[in-house]
Amino acid sequence: MTVIPGGSRSRLDPEATPRRDWLGLTALWSMVSALSFGFLGALRLPKAAVVAAPSKSFKIAIPEALAAGEALVPQGHAAAVFRDEEGVYAISTICTHLGCVVKPNAEGFECPCHGSRFDKTGGVVKGPAPRALPWLQVRLSGDEAQIDEGKTVPGGTKVKSA
Amino acid sequence: MTSAMTEFFGNLRAAPRRILEAAFRGGAPTTDRTRSTFIFGNVFLHLHSVRVHRWTLRWPATMGLGIATTAAFLITLVTGVLLMFYYKPYPEAAYQSIKDIHFVVPTGRFMRNIHRWAANVMVVCVLLHMARAFYTASYRKPREFNWLVGMGLLSLTLGLSFTGYLLPWDQLAYWAVTIGANIAQSPREITDALEITEWFDPGGFQRALLLGSEIVGEEALIRFYLLHVMVLPLALVFLMTIHFWRIRKDGGLARPDDVDQRLGPPEGEVYPVFTQAPEKTYQLAAIVRGRTPAVGSGPENTVPSMPHLFYAELGVMMFTTLVCVALAIVSDAPLKELANPSVPENPAKAPWYFLGLQELVSFSAFTGGIGIPAIVLLGLGLIPFLDRESAGTGRWFGGPGGWPLVQRALLVGFGAALAVEALVIRFGWIREWFPAVGQLVVTAINPGTILTLIYGAYSVWLVKRHNSARAGALGLFTCFLCGFLVLTIIGTYFRGPNWVFYWSPADWPKH
Repeated sequence: MTVIPGGSRSRLDPEATPRRDWLGLTALWSMVSALSFGFLGALRLPKAAVVAAPSKSFKIAIPEALAAGEALVPQGHAAAVFRDEEGVYAISTICTHLGCVVKPNAEGFECPCHGSRFDKTGGVVKGPAPRALPWLQVRLSGDEAQIDEGKTVPGGTKVKSA
Repeated sequence: MTSAMTEFFGNLRAAPRRILEAAFRGGAPTTDRTRSTFIFGNVFLHLHSVRVHRWTLRWPATMGLGIATTAAFLITLVTGVLLMFYYKPYPEAAYQSIKDIHFVVPTGRFMRNIHRWAANVMVVCVLLHMARAFYTASYRKPREFNWLVGMGLLSLTLGLSFTGYLLPWDQLAYWAVTIGANIAQSPREITDALEITEWFDPGGFQRALLLGSEIVGEEALIRFYLLHVMVLPLALVFLMTIHFWRIRKDGGLARPDDVDQRLGPPEGEVYPVFTQAPEKTYQLAAIVRGRTPAVGSGPENTVPSMPHLFYAELGVMMFTTLVCVALAIVSDAPLKELANPSVPENPAKAPWYFLGLQELVSFSAFTGGIGIPAIVLLGLGLIPFLDRESAGTGRWFGGPGGWPLVQRALLVGFGAALAVEALVIRFGWIREWFPAVGQLVVTAINPGTILTLIYGAYSVWLVKRHNSARAGALGLFTCFLCGFLVLTIIGTYFRGPNWVFYWSPADWPKH
């Protein structure tokens, strides 16, 4: 503690920042930042790098009897497959609102969870869904369609067998 | 030789008494002095103060809601540990193990019922406890920080309930958690509309962190299990310890200024320690900023916590246990069919205390699930820092306006919530009128935000009218409480399949 001659500072007043305190504070904050970075690094663990999920691609035979605009919903998949004169197409049945599975009906699709309604092309007509239902990639080989739930295509893309 | 043997047998006879004495050094709590040592000599009890103000012991001061919440937590802790003996956190196995607990394990169904009911009681009590602290203006200086800790405890309580909801792996659990995980993802509603999701995707990150996968599957179940049995309870105990200890350090529960006149002289059998107010507390003067709570506050009007406070606390705990056990006897915890990812439960409903939120997310996922809850939490957290007044502390509905203001706020709160809901149910909302409207418009202008704006405007008007932040807070808190009640009741009783409004479940279509 230095006493400044003529200064009004008392012995008990705190000094601005003595050098030793400054070094101490630097050491302390180095420790705090090292620990925080270490902790943040440890938090990287819960964010999985590889996600184990079942394959999203599946094959389905399209029956001759499937009428134009009639939905074919394969068991265990979140997609509805349609066929009309212009070709085959598939629309995802996962609601864009909160992920419930929508059900095809005469006017389009309806969601059981919060009442979103979609038209035949997947566009939103009613309710809280923020986006249209995405269209899925379809590949045809004969009567069999291969549909990939992980790949979306622009709405209106219909596939005809060559 | 004989004397050593005599001494040995004497010591042997005395051993049980001495073990007891070694554990509880103060002796039986029969005098004020030993009553004090009973408390400060015990690591758990010394979270309490040694003496408690007579005002605090009056029934209407707290209604025992904090202790009831604690008791409910302890009950879930004990029953939860018991359930862990048989529960297997893996899809299908989880469902089968809950079935085993329900039908095979001795007392299994009873324990699971108690666990479930105690969790519900805990949520109810923690909400009522918060309302009590708010309406008696107990959050004010020096208790601001404890109010914040309390909000942390409220969030953890809801988090514990929500994570517990997935564990049975039935239809109810699966779809409630699917919805919950997608609410975590709902910031995408905005990033998608702005077309920046590719670069900035907090929603997707939150969902991935919660589920550990793209779907609600085995990774999600083990994460929820870990949170439910380990992370959240530990965090809760940590915060509870601070919460209790802070009550003592903040000078006991909030009391009115004129508490001594209100209480009158103590009845017989009660011995006030200090009859004169101490002018200074010398020991603490050097280390404590300002005056300690005991200085200058007149005759203390306190009684020893042992037995007065402890017997009251034990009474509340016994009563809470009674309620949980009685409910567990009357009503079984639900268990639906095994989770089926391709067929949603219809209607898929979250636990009742989230149904108000579910009603809000049925207007917009982001606004209802994240936006409005964040505004509410932020608003609640700011209350003690915006209301720096002192009138009415420690009294029910204390402060400018008082009970008449709260009555009017109840009218406004219920009226606005019912009116907005009625309009939406009757006429629909923007999307039905203009299907092409952008999502950002629906996110910003929907029944939830309209209701929040009405409440906010009313509260600003109250601040001006009474020239008091407390008046505005009273109005706003009451309004949001009304909104919560109305939305929760509509979500619980009046929403059927496809979230359509029905007057009664009897009108639901058969399917």
